Amino acid sequence: MYPSRFDYVVPESVSEAVSLLSEHGDEAKVLAGGQSLIPLLKLRFASPSVLVDVNRIAELEGMSQQDGYLRIGALVRHKECERSDLLKGRYGVLGTAAPQISDPLVRNLGTVCGSVAHADPQGDWGSALLAAGARVVAQGPSGTREIPLAELFVGPFTTTLEPTEVITEVRVPDPGASAGGAYLKLERKIGDFATAAVAVQLELNGGTISRAGIALTGVGATNLRAEKAEAALAGAAPGDEAFAEAARLAAGEAEPINDHRGTVEYKRNVVRVFVERGLRAAAASAAAA
Amino acid sequence: MASTEVRGLGHSVERKEDARFIRGKGNYFDDIVLPGMLHMELLRSPYAHARIKSIDTSAAAALPGVVAVVTGELMAQHNLAWMPTLSGDTQAVLATDKVRFQGQEVAAVVAESPYIAKDALELIEVDYDPLPPVTGPQQALAAGAPLIRDEKEGQTDNHVYHWEAGDKEATDKAFAEADKVVELDTFYPRCHPSPLECCGCVADVNPATGKATIYMTSQAPHAHRTLFALVAGLPEEKIRIISPDIGGGFGNKVPIYPGYVVATAASLLIGRPVKWVEDRTGNLISTGFARDYHMHGELAVKDGKFTGLRVKMLSDQGAFYADAQPTKFRAGLFHIVTGSYDIPAAFVETDGAYTNKAPGGVAYRCSFRVTEASYLIERLVQTAAYELGVDPAELRKANFIKPDQFPYESATGFVYDSGDYDAAMDLCLEKLGYAELRAEQAAAREEGRLLGIGLASFTEVVGAGPRHTYDIAGLKMFDSAELRVHPTGKAILKLGVRSQGQGHETTFAQIVAEELGIPYEDVEVQEGDTDNTPYGLGTYASRSTPVAGAATAVISRQLRAKAQKLAAHLLECSEDDLEWKAPRFTVKGAPDRGVSIQDCAFAAYTNLPDGMEAGLEGVHYYDPPNMTFPFGTYAVLVEIDRGTGQWKPLRVVAVDDCGVRINPMIVEGQIHGGLTEGFAIAAMELITFDEDGNCIGSNFMDYLIPTAWETPSFELGETVTPSPHHPIGAKGVGESATVGSPAAYVNAIVDALAHAGVRNLEMPVTPDKVWAALSEVGLAQ
Amino acid sequence: MSETTLSAAPPATRQITVQVNGEARSAEVEPRLLLVHFLRQTLGLTGTHVGCDTTSCGACTVLLDGVPVKSCTVLAVQADGREVKTVEGLMSGGALHPIQQAFHEQHGLQCGYCTPGMMLTSVALLAENPDPSEEEIRWAISGQICRCTGYQNIVKAVQQAGAALREGS
Repeated sequence: MYPSRFDYVVPESVSEAVSLLSEHGDEAKVLAGGQSLIPLLKLRFASPSVLVDVNRIAELEGMSQQDGYLRIGALVRHKECERSDLLKGRYGVLGTAAPQISDPLVRNLGTVCGSVAHADPQGDWGSALLAAGARVVAQGPSGTREIPLAELFVGPFTTTLEPTEVITEVRVPDPGASAGGAYLKLERKIGDFATAAVAVQLELNGGTISRAGIALTGVGATNLRAEKAEAALAGAAPGDEAFAEAARLAAGEAEPINDHRGTVEYKRNVVRVFVERGLRAAAASAAAA
Repeated sequence: MASTEVRGLGHSVERKEDARFIRGKGNYFDDIVLPGMLHMELLRSPYAHARIKSIDTSAAAALPGVVAVVTGELMAQHNLAWMPTLSGDTQAVLATDKVRFQGQEVAAVVAESPYIAKDALELIEVDYDPLPPVTGPQQALAAGAPLIRDEKEGQTDNHVYHWEAGDKEATDKAFAEADKVVELDTFYPRCHPSPLECCGCVADVNPATGKATIYMTSQAPHAHRTLFALVAGLPEEKIRIISPDIGGGFGNKVPIYPGYVVATAASLLIGRPVKWVEDRTGNLISTGFARDYHMHGELAVKDGKFTGLRVKMLSDQGAFYADAQPTKFRAGLFHIVTGSYDIPAAFVETDGAYTNKAPGGVAYRCSFRVTEASYLIERLVQTAAYELGVDPAELRKANFIKPDQFPYESATGFVYDSGDYDAAMDLCLEKLGYAELRAEQAAAREEGRLLGIGLASFTEVVGAGPRHTYDIAGLKMFDSAELRVHPTGKAILKLGVRSQGQGHETTFAQIVAEELGIPYEDVEVQEGDTDNTPYGLGTYASRSTPVAGAATAVISRQLRAKAQKLAAHLLECSEDDLEWKAPRFTVKGAPDRGVSIQDCAFAAYTNLPDGMEAGLEGVHYYDPPNMTFPFGTYAVLVEIDRGTGQWKPLRVVAVDDCGVRINPMIVEGQIHGGLTEGFAIAAMELITFDEDGNCIGSNFMDYLIPTAWETPSFELGETVTPSPHHPIGAKGVGESATVGSPAAYVNAIVDALAHAGVRNLEMPVTPDKVWAALSEVGLAQ
Repeated sequence: MSETTLSAAPPATRQITVQVNGEARSAEVEPRLLLVHFLRQTLGLTGTHVGCDTTSCGACTVLLDGVPVKSCTVLAVQADGREVKTVEGLMSGGALHPIQQAFHEQHGLQCGYCTPGMMLTSVALLAENPDPSEEEIRWAISGQICRCTGYQNIVKAVQQAGAALREGS
């Protein structure tokens, strides 16, 4: 309930933030929404010496359609995503995930990029953005680089980011008008982590699926892409049989563990059921576009 | 009934206590700040079972801002390392030799701020020697199990008690003659009252006067004062317990916890006030949990009638036997287990076992284990319905105790005061549209959808209780009301009970309004300060209305009798010439000639008849002649998702009969709350342990409490069957819904699957369990 | 855990100024001081409550620049230069806010512990959705726990307050 002592700095630019991170190394933590970090501080599961508060850095604000991609700045809160019309339709996997994150109060402060950097395998954004084929932009002392989400998560709460890097934005490629998505989450109550959750995005070209993105939450060491399921759908015609088969494959690609939320068998079935339902919803949404 | 203007019983008047809460001006103990106040934090054991080899507090004590570090050794020097429990056992205040559950209190830091206290906690070094933990009662009682209470003289195993009720011989006979025996093996899981406000205190021992003022989250301040006197050796007149506003109790704030004792000792030794604020982890991991009761029930049936009930229970008591329940009853009031049914023979036997877990068992709106009993009988009866091929409502009605059988003596010795179970059931089924729903259920099944209808017809027992049978730690379970009417006709009512949100400041004022004609707005109700209120046993087990409410009615009537004498004096007539219609005495036959109760009050100080003592006041300690028996029927409609096992209550219909309702709005609020806790217990609340004795469920990420989103809405109904022995016919209602509803929810889920042969699912009925059941009978998708 | 956090040197503090219920409140605080403790302990505004240690219960909810947040999961230093509204700021001109009146009339509180947070979230909800459905109300308060009421009367209270605000009363 009472964090350990730390120093606190409020940079005014990303480069200033990066300098501070370089100075303090892994004794520093970035504070954006704080809805994952501050709970850890309160339980003293984390005791950084310095908190680098990035909330006053104007260049990190904003969500907007850019040329070929959607930009979500590091200070964009879950609530903004929940409300935004930009995330309906083709970016629906994001728009349907947003309201299911944590609870409405946490969503007022928590950020998309913070969630991605935190890399909780039970985090929702990781799967939604994996399904959407997104990448992050990270800025560090040696400059800026893009990291596809598929290369970002390496283990629970572990990413390929350096301690000196800050995620400045997420870039979600524009899937085109005939795209739709869905995020289905089984939680025992609002605010619980997912027993299992599924993010699905379908991009249609004429009567076939040009790309399928399927990613899984809470059933692996990280958010997982169900690559075999995705491959099975690429080039296929959307329909019950294809969806059932993809769902079956995705369930097999999940790596759940037995715990208080359920057995391995149960969680795999939830994945299968949700992938099937999600694909139907995504297809309907893509077709309606 | 008093006139409308006075607004006594039956009026849904707005609550007087709201004024401060809606302004954020509640006075909860953590809001109290005293000059020089220090802050205390507790160090808790990470191990479930371990010997303590050494504790090094030197670094912690040296931290700037730390005033004291307290260990079991220091407490032992003052004979305070151990304290008695409410069940006649002893409990460690701060561990000395061993720790016996994960989360057990090991040391305390007292510092200038809670932040510094927490910093210091991390500097205390405890050298533990882990021991094999006992994580369940079966393991505890098996041969060769590690001995948990090795410090207890004469304790050679982990067995705590054996207790029986009923008639074994008659019951065995009934089973021998039965044409069908229905069995159910079920576990009522460990859950926790988890009020939103945790426990804590501000202990202020005045170094000059020696008076200890302890602001404390206490549902029973007088009992706590007496126990503090006995435990701490402080003279009782030097102890003042003030139970300020409490943010929910639900039985969590009945026991005395180590934190209170350590904070008081610290204040005594340091000479400054010490505040201890428990955190949620401390609350869930160490304070009085609820249930953890293994039950094997058997119902003997002959010609469609229940002829015998046999139950064997095994209770997980944790490391110390600390149940808060009437002394004679090791299983609380579990022997109410025959419930609403006319079962001529019953026998219950139970054993308690020590385990390496927090102590407790009787808590969480349970009416002293009536939650367990009600759950068992209603699940057993539902099972019987399926096995007999009889509609669950019909089977219940065929076996209900009938109105003409009251007062009804049950096979285990309770004398039920009054009841009309058919009326409550019929109203519930009508509101639900039972017949239509059964048809809908059948039609849905054809379409592959699974709907279930669950019923529970509970009878519970509250209002502890008559002194010939009931005491807690030797203190008889009377309760009290002290009423004083001022010259200007306003009044102050002081009670021996203590509300934690039940609205006593309003409802008890309404009793006075009803009996004495003083508007409820003019009656100030005080509770919780042991220096200023009459002795009582506190608020839990739904006893306030049955006992203190009766005391209030009795003393109000006594004052009315004196007022009548004053009225006669004022009107210069005989008492017998007067009639009372609140708020006035009038002369029979001459209604214009009369005086108000306010006139009488004024006269009590200004114009007295010869020989009459001044004032209009009195105190009554009420010894209830019997318990009271609220009852009702609840119905739940659920739908199950065959793909995920998730279930959703689509409708919840609750018909309650708690006798006369003082304030219907407040009664309904209590029922809403209880139905929600019942839902939570059925659906998601669970404290469990892994094989190392680690507690899972010690924070709100793991211990799940439903939000408004999961919680269904409720349709309420009422019948009113007054209690014949209670002065105002009221029975109490605070726990009815937590007692009666879990079975209704579980019965609904089972009902959705019963056609496929499913008979039981264990609480909490989480989606994965439902899906496993679906899979087993080929209904999963 | 770093040695520097518990050195004998006095802790570094920052000067912050927060607009609390319309009044500028300043103090020297440690960065680790939680906003809820700043309100309760530094400013003595005890209407905001603490109910858990995992950001789960929402008893600590306040409005930060008009938006409901869990004040136990915000640092006081983050509120520097910003506006906080607590339950103590709901009344105006000595009159109860319609939300307070509604909670009272609809019996939307029992022990009162979750009530400040529930009222503030409801005020924020009604500001952007003046006529919310039952579902929308339940959704809006789904970050907050009540153990007493079962939420049903809280929903009714919010509906009543909404109606009162729409009428301009």
